[in-house]
Amino acid sequence: MSLQRSRRAIPYLLMAPGLLWLLLFFVIPNVQMLVFSLSEGTLRTGFTTPPEVWDIENYTGSVSKFSSNFSNSIVYGALATILCFLIGYPLAYAIAFKGGRWKNLLLFLVIAPFFTSFLIRTISWKIILGNDGPVLAIVRDLLHLVPANFSIIGSPLAVVGGLTYQFLPFMVLPLYVSIEKVDRRLIEAAKDLYAGPWRRGGLVAGAIFGAFALVALQVGLGYGAFIGEDAAPAAVVAAALVGAVAGGLVGAFLISQSFIRVTFPLSLPGVFAASILTFIPAIGDYVNPQLLGSPKTQMVGNVIQGRFLDQNDYPIAAALAFLLMAGILVAIFLYARLLGTEELTGGTA
Amino acid sequence: MGPTGPTASRRLGAFADRWLLKLFTIGAIGYLMVPILVMIVFSFNKPEGKFNFVWAQFSLDAWATPLNRPGLSDALWTSILVAIVGTFFATILGTLIALALVRYRFRGRNATNLFIFVPMATPEIVLGASLLTIFVSTATLEPFKSIIPSGIFYPLGLPTIIIAHIMFNISYVVVTVKARIQGFDRHLEEAAMDLGANEWTTFWKVTFPLIRPGIIAAALLAFSLSIDDFIVTNFTSGLVNTFPVWVWGTIRNNLPPQVHVIGTAIFLIAVGGVAIATFLQSRGGRTVAIRPR
Repeated sequence: MSLQRSRRAIPYLLMAPGLLWLLLFFVIPNVQMLVFSLSEGTLRTGFTTPPEVWDIENYTGSVSKFSSNFSNSIVYGALATILCFLIGYPLAYAIAFKGGRWKNLLLFLVIAPFFTSFLIRTISWKIILGNDGPVLAIVRDLLHLVPANFSIIGSPLAVVGGLTYQFLPFMVLPLYVSIEKVDRRLIEAAKDLYAGPWRRGGLVAGAIFGAFALVALQVGLGYGAFIGEDAAPAAVVAAALVGAVAGGLVGAFLISQSFIRVTFPLSLPGVFAASILTFIPAIGDYVNPQLLGSPKTQMVGNVIQGRFLDQNDYPIAAALAFLLMAGILVAIFLYARLLGTEELTGGTA
Repeated sequence: MGPTGPTASRRLGAFADRWLLKLFTIGAIGYLMVPILVMIVFSFNKPEGKFNFVWAQFSLDAWATPLNRPGLSDALWTSILVAIVGTFFATILGTLIALALVRYRFRGRNATNLFIFVPMATPEIVLGASLLTIFVSTATLEPFKSIIPSGIFYPLGLPTIIIAHIMFNISYVVVTVKARIQGFDRHLEEAAMDLGANEWTTFWKVTFPLIRPGIIAAALLAFSLSIDDFIVTNFTSGLVNTFPVWVWGTIRNNLPPQVHVIGTAIFLIAVGGVAIATFLQSRGGRTVAIRPR
């Protein structure tokens, strides 16, 4: 009887040290950050905390004061996630279905960027996109596509480009796992049942999606009037047309019905997981906007780190960080509700 | 016209399947590799100004004096030390949790699964900021001030960096080891028990060798996350520098090519380490597969 009982305690004993660590250095710090976010004072003057004060002003004031940083974070994070998806899904699909004996090598190459420092990768983009770098040497000096005073560094394009690069592996790996799991026999069955090219449906869906994606990019990157003029109606229409034509062609000729009816729906949990795993670090980043952007492209992360580390204004910084955290927690719980916890943490037990 | 239409389009589809996807894959992988190549190339640069941003001329100077910058060598050693200690503890703590989650059915299992995911889904800036607030609280606020002796967590330093690295690595270890444990055959353990082994012996003789590749993979992942980490470390390091924090500090005034040299060296060592580990793992996998028969 007592043996039975002690056996039942085993899992809890195994987990105790690790969970205690997370309690002490993850849960309690976040609770304390919540407390700070309602406090007043600075590191030098000392802090007055609840229950003596409940400074809601930290939240309401900072949301309006830093609204441009919040919108930068959301817009850049969303654009980077869309771009990661557009690049990452075909890549993950190719590795999972057509990888063959190259599969492991390709997966290794996808994570290879993680073997260099995050900062150095960003510095590399600063070199590549810089005013004396190779991209502008071709686009500006050789092809004369942009004016002589055009620069990429400092623009949202550079920041979004950097974020897209940094978090692409976060998109590809979960997508790969879920595409790999798709039962090939179902695809065979679909083909036996005359699933062919997507055709008319693909033309329409591809055109709509393509137009949407390109307009989002055009408006998102032009947002704040960085690149040339504001998002002019003509430019938006042009972007929509280009996107619609490209998307329509891809949808009609390159995508098969078996993919749309079988593979893609079965990989949807991976799409959600990958999008969340890409979006979260992207909206919290402050390295890319700092190194590749300008004062106008600063994101919430820049404000948080500046307030915490340079100005020691803990209450405002904590409120901002907590808003970021709260938004993400809501996203995770919604996600867990929709898809269950096992999908999040990898595979079925 | 009728019959040629579908054939032509099928051929186009096959062409797309064959070549477009292949070209796209090569392009995407190339895109992932470009910044790494730039890093390697620029480690051989001799920049004209203070910043190694523009190609000037080929030189081996930086490779000959990779640590010849004030504070750089200290920062590098700190990085290595933090990564080793952090990986060691995170791997143990995470593996224990993974074992519990896969091998036992208990109350709170689903909640634990979700809880383990939360730190991974938290932006690093929030992890770092919240640790900073708690460390500062131990010096300034009750009840922490009276419970925790001063000087342990604040001023910030090596211990707080290591604490932070263990914290953010635990979840990654759990997920990696879990994936490995899920794949293995429990009958092997039952067989060992039937043959008279007690639980302890079974674990060390059967379970542990089987999950060892997963533990090695988790440790490698933790090490690479740890040695590369900037954001959390920047919040918890105080005046101590790790390599990434040193780079962040120096880039305001200059960017010597030594940064690229060390980045390249770390990259090559990491790739070599993974290659060796993969090799050992494939050999280890084979012996394990043979042994139980």
